[in-house]
Amino acid sequence: MQISNVKELNKIKKECLATQKEHPKKVLVCCGTGCIANGALKIVDSVRDGLAKRKLKDVSVEILKETGCHGFCELGPLVIIEPQETFYTKVKPKHVDDILDKSFLKNEVIEPLLFTNPIDGSKITKYNDISFFKHQQRIALRNLGKIAPHEIREYIGVDGYQALAKVLFKMSPDEIVDEISNSGLRGRGGGGFSTGRKWKICKNIKADKHYVICNGDEGDPGAFMDRSIMEGDPHGVLEGMMIAAYAIGAKEGYIYVREEYPLAVRHLEKAILDCERSGLLGENILGSDFSFTIKIARGAGAFVCGESSALMKSVAGEVGEPRAKYIRSVVKGLYDQPTVLNNVETLVNVPTIIRNGADWYKSIGTPKSTGTKVFSLVGKVRNTGLIEVPMGITLREIIYDIGGGILDDRPFKAVQTGGPSGGCIPEAMLDLPVDFDSLTEVGSMMGSGGLIVMDDKTCMVDVAKYFLAFLVEESCGKCTPCREGLYQLHKLLEKICAGKGEMSDIEKMERLSENVIIGSLCGLGKSGPNPLMSTLKYFKDEYIAHIKDKKCPAGVCPELITYKILDNCTGCMACIPACGYDAITGKKKEIHVIAQDKCTKCGACYAVCNFEAILVS
Amino acid sequence: MIHITINGKVVQAQEGEMLLTVIRREQIDIPTLCHHEAVEPSGACRLCMVEITKPEWDGWCDYVTSCLYPAADGLIVNTHAPKVNELRSSILDLYLARHPKSPEIRQLAAEYGVLKTQFEEIVDGNNCILCGICTRICDTMGFHAISMVGRGHGKEVAPPLNMAPEACVGCLSCAKNCPTNYIEYNMSNGRLTIWEKDFEMIACKECGKTTVTKEFAEYLSKNRDIPYDYFEKCDECHRKELATTMGRISNWDREARS
Repeated sequence: MQISNVKELNKIKKECLATQKEHPKKVLVCCGTGCIANGALKIVDSVRDGLAKRKLKDVSVEILKETGCHGFCELGPLVIIEPQETFYTKVKPKHVDDILDKSFLKNEVIEPLLFTNPIDGSKITKYNDISFFKHQQRIALRNLGKIAPHEIREYIGVDGYQALAKVLFKMSPDEIVDEISNSGLRGRGGGGFSTGRKWKICKNIKADKHYVICNGDEGDPGAFMDRSIMEGDPHGVLEGMMIAAYAIGAKEGYIYVREEYPLAVRHLEKAILDCERSGLLGENILGSDFSFTIKIARGAGAFVCGESSALMKSVAGEVGEPRAKYIRSVVKGLYDQPTVLNNVETLVNVPTIIRNGADWYKSIGTPKSTGTKVFSLVGKVRNTGLIEVPMGITLREIIYDIGGGILDDRPFKAVQTGGPSGGCIPEAMLDLPVDFDSLTEVGSMMGSGGLIVMDDKTCMVDVAKYFLAFLVEESCGKCTPCREGLYQLHKLLEKICAGKGEMSDIEKMERLSENVIIGSLCGLGKSGPNPLMSTLKYFKDEYIAHIKDKKCPAGVCPELITYKILDNCTGCMACIPACGYDAITGKKKEIHVIAQDKCTKCGACYAVCNFEAILVS
Repeated sequence: MIHITINGKVVQAQEGEMLLTVIRREQIDIPTLCHHEAVEPSGACRLCMVEITKPEWDGWCDYVTSCLYPAADGLIVNTHAPKVNELRSSILDLYLARHPKSPEIRQLAAEYGVLKTQFEEIVDGNNCILCGICTRICDTMGFHAISMVGRGHGKEVAPPLNMAPEACVGCLSCAKNCPTNYIEYNMSNGRLTIWEKDFEMIACKECGKTTVTKEFAEYLSKNRDIPYDYFEKCDECHRKELATTMGRISNWDREARS
């Protein structure tokens, strides 16, 4: 397949649309990493075999689509029947015959496989009627779950590379930069810097070479926005990079992606290869004078390599250590040349902005944070997964409308945004609009889009300790405040969680945090104390309970809690074998006893007791 | 030439020159642990941080590492602002917790009023402060025999795969420039051992004292145009030879004049 001019591109698009019209009936199987882990590839095989058995082998390519991630990973493998939009969850190979015979061929609905509304137990048939999807607005995720990401034709069929054609023949580099600036697009990797301004600074610097790098080094625990985009819409990322490259005058680009994302690497490699073969990458793209190549740089998974200067060192083959950025990387970046580094989500937004215009993009979101943001909503909410919402939506809407509220109807305690460098936001601020500036104002940050919801069973001191431990592990170790300071902050938190804290430790932590923030070299250290500072700000009473009363109010810190069996114990003996340390004794129909000297506070007995007879205090 | 203000005094500087150079030229004492004039600054120890501002910043100020911050016209620098002093003692406190046995760290910390750390001491630690002077010097020399390995609190200086480094020529630049004298080496019986690599040293033809390793002499003769046989004589014997030559020349002079 050769695409050497716009005419050929449009011809392929027409062919794709014609095929779609001819075969409106489809079976979409989600093949994102989450669903694959749940067995989606077996479903794909079964559907393929099933279609062959039903004499549909010749058209199985048109019917069966292995799509990218829908975001509702916990319910995978997901299967969608088009055009009815019937949404099946937790599909197993044994269900496939039924799905094909009843749902695909006869438009019937298989009720047991439908999504169950966790609030009222009702069954919901259509994808877009589920509250998890209903309240979303998908721009960055526009193609995820809709097209087969490894097929370039599929992308072309959904207006793929039309934005590239538009910029190459109808826009000057200055006009592109202005359009992106006008759209108000801000860096989705966390910094929130104006993308248009970044491009403009880089473009105006005279140099031998300019580079475009896509930052796919997503490292926040529980975050998978960029991974899903790279897996589910690799061509969207490539097109965004091509537009950026044309705007700033770059001939070479890199995608930095971690080796732990094998599927993303595979899909990107395939997409690059398809582009090179068809002429969408290489010399004189679409017959213009624009030439561009993209290489994949694989990272070894160090969190700090998501930081711009460390990432560029890693791409160049050096140790991924940040450098001081008194001279910015847009001026002196990769190989000391001006470099635009954009996050995956930022780049995938670019083609739609070019196609639909800055005004359209600006109409979504808030005046200062335009457009949408992808979040990975995880933790103690009913619906977890990948979501995309307009900026300015409140945390309450995300957690209660999309997330379906707190698991088991427990009280909400806090939501952690911005990954390890972000902060915890308490209930009083649930109506806070989610945008770059509001989150920063309350001591957290947008970050790359992690949202971890916590209920009353979460200990905030323990949460701070967890994130500090992560950062101690992931600090590159170059500068002293980050390497030694975060280590000591973590030690102090360990001390408090073990019931050995003193009131003076709080002041000590506050002072040290301030010095780590001022003194550290890069963003990792400068924002490292955030989880501690924000929990200390909003949940100070929990710290005091740990220190003064030697109690963990949430019942989490092992040194500060005890497990006791209450009088309502029925003597069912379920907890006795559950205890791995032989700490529980008792006879049938008699109240059991936990030997405190043997109890390790693992919580295994609590988990098996059906009579709420075990008290954690 | 540009003008910057350091601690209230207007001084001249070159555009783009690093602040630390200007500060030290003005004989103002600020501590550093990772700075070495022979190598590129890295900004690792953070002790040279200073407070900077400009009249147009409306009272806002920033804290930057002076070793990496280029001087700019009109910049107002305070090398000992209260916040800077606090930051320095906090960093030295952290160093003291990590390296309680290092005499160099103890002395510097004491100068900033930190006699005992308020943090948890690491008792079984070593005296490597991870300043990176050794690795940067090795890189600058062109050997790349040692580098920083690992990350975070477990970071260390080591040769590749922790094996005797092939690229090491035994020049001793790392050990001789280590601010805490941490890098060990052994020189005896005409041999040198460093980074677990064993070298044969050249013996002085005159007195038998060792000069440099054969590998280092080969490197210098090949890359720096110093004749190999120069290293076959020790510094002292070179000096003796020079004195003898000078004496002879004086004698010829006298004889010629008389």
